[in-house]
Amino acid sequence: MDFLGISLPSYSLETVFGSAISGVFLGAIYALVALGLTLIYGVLHIINFAHGTLLMLAMYAVFFLWSVFGVDPYLAMLIVVPGGYLFGYALQRSVIGRTSHGRDEIILLTTLGVSIVLENFALFAFSANERNVQVPYDFDGIDLGVVYIVWPQIAALVGSLLITAALWCFMRFTDTGKAIRAVAKERQGARLMGINVEHIFAVSFGIGTACVAAAASLLAPTYAVFPQVGYLFVLIAFTVVVLGGMGSFVGALVGGLVIGVTEQIGRLYLGESLGLITISAIFILILLFRPTGLFGQRL
Amino acid sequence: MSMLTTMSTGNMQRIGWAVLIGALLAAPFAIHSGRWMEFIELTLFAALLGQGWNILGGYGGQYSFGHALFFGTAAYLQALLQYKLGWSPWLTLWIAIGGSVAVAAFVGFLSFRYGLRGSYFALVTLAFAEAFHVLSRSLVSVTEGGRGVQLPLNQDPEQALATFQFTFAGPFLSEAGYYYTILIFLLIGFAVTGWLNHSRFGAQLQAVREDEDAASALGIDPFRVKMSAICLSAGVTSLAGIYYVQKFLFVDPGIAYGPGKSVEALFAAIIGGVGTVLGPLLGSAFIHIVGEFAKETIGAMLGDRPGVDLILFGIILVLMLAYMPRGLVGLVELLWRKLITKRGGGNA
Repeated sequence: MDFLGISLPSYSLETVFGSAISGVFLGAIYALVALGLTLIYGVLHIINFAHGTLLMLAMYAVFFLWSVFGVDPYLAMLIVVPGGYLFGYALQRSVIGRTSHGRDEIILLTTLGVSIVLENFALFAFSANERNVQVPYDFDGIDLGVVYIVWPQIAALVGSLLITAALWCFMRFTDTGKAIRAVAKERQGARLMGINVEHIFAVSFGIGTACVAAAASLLAPTYAVFPQVGYLFVLIAFTVVVLGGMGSFVGALVGGLVIGVTEQIGRLYLGESLGLITISAIFILILLFRPTGLFGQRL
Repeated sequence: MSMLTTMSTGNMQRIGWAVLIGALLAAPFAIHSGRWMEFIELTLFAALLGQGWNILGGYGGQYSFGHALFFGTAAYLQALLQYKLGWSPWLTLWIAIGGSVAVAAFVGFLSFRYGLRGSYFALVTLAFAEAFHVLSRSLVSVTEGGRGVQLPLNQDPEQALATFQFTFAGPFLSEAGYYYTILIFLLIGFAVTGWLNHSRFGAQLQAVREDEDAASALGIDPFRVKMSAICLSAGVTSLAGIYYVQKFLFVDPGIAYGPGKSVEALFAAIIGGVGTVLGPLLGSAFIHIVGEFAKETIGAMLGDRPGVDLILFGIILVLMLAYMPRGLVGLVELLWRKLITKRGGGNA
């Protein structure tokens, strides 16, 4: 098969289909990471550059809970999710909320500054070594014929879908969820109705961080953690969010799956290294031609 | 009275510049410690990166998060054309500048044509830098991939100038050759930003930064102005890439297109003061002094581990954005004005 003069390897339909399926499992995690980012954007209108770094910190938390206390990475969710919420709440209240006045680039820079501090803190405290959580069920799984799926991948998919659904219900049916939606839609109006906007901002940031903490738990058995891992994920999360539409939940889910599948097929055809170009390419194309994304209404 | 004050301020500025440039030119004669010269050289290098960013970000208000794109493209062209084709570095440097400007024109055309502003422009530049990062790592037959490009070291003093390598260039140049290279490049950066302060184009660029719609209502074409700014910015940034390759004789995907150089440029310009001629140098000097200090104190206390300096830089960046958005230059101006009004008040 030829593409732009580069001869691509040709694969059977089964192989491509298998890649697509493992892409769905990967994409579910991307969706969960992006969900937090899109929530923060939708409510606070800030692009949180520190999102990937927060994921990295949560992955370290899961790793140390496992290596020091022997806590199963999935069970660790009960600790890291509330922990992530509190950390995000405090971060928004004490740092980002204070500096986030003026132009949006300045806020983006503030979150970049935060991410640099946290990433280098991790480098300083934990060194650049890659660390892996090892669980006994690492390589067990089911054979789907075209592709072999391990239990951690299934847990990631199911977990992501459940958390997305839970968050959707939370936003829909609880008072806090309604307040968050009110603030997202009409900040001043919400304030006039007696909603504490600063509190809701911090709550949203907290929930966004709790999402990456949950994602960290689901990622732990299959992904190594190292200080720069956040940078990889933040680019992917940006791509997912921009593709799905900034602030859209459905968009994050669909975007995550699309990016996961594209990445896997890209890796299949272009190789492990060059395959990653598909993500940057989608990111650039969407930003240029449809910055509102697939499901976004406003910029 | 006010005329007198501004005039004296202008003269003071001119004298200040003369002293600064004189001191920088004389530094190799006064400082004989190799470690200190290296320190100043790296400060000037970061200042040059910051100055390149400053032209587009500070004067044009277009915040790029991927300025490594222009640094890395120049560095790779400078290294590869020498390594693969054996061309003279004095020829390749023009191609490196040209290539970097061409990439800038391409990215600028796409971004500004489709009206990307603010954070969206920042993200698209980041994405382009990442795309080039992946490409430079993957296209092994062209770029040597993750191994990087290592230029041969010239050990013949006769060939020092021809190879643009000063390590074995005789008693004076081996000490100061690279220092003067980066100093000349930085002075070019100063000249460009100084020109932006006083020229018609600079005024147009700053008008676009303040309010694009108002600027175009006044007959300025924002697209054309921003295109010129990004090309100029890339041109200055490319000089840093050329210096880097000639000095270290090495480049790899992480050095060229990783986030490190983009962040270094941002730090210098924003901490120093965006949209000012002196800001990037001031910012770069400040963070290098803080970094060195951190290494001496915290590093000595906790063992030499990486990351301490960047933690401090990040904290300084966030504090600056929160409390001193005009950077160190803003602070200096504030103190200066207080001094002037005190003196002026006394005279009146």
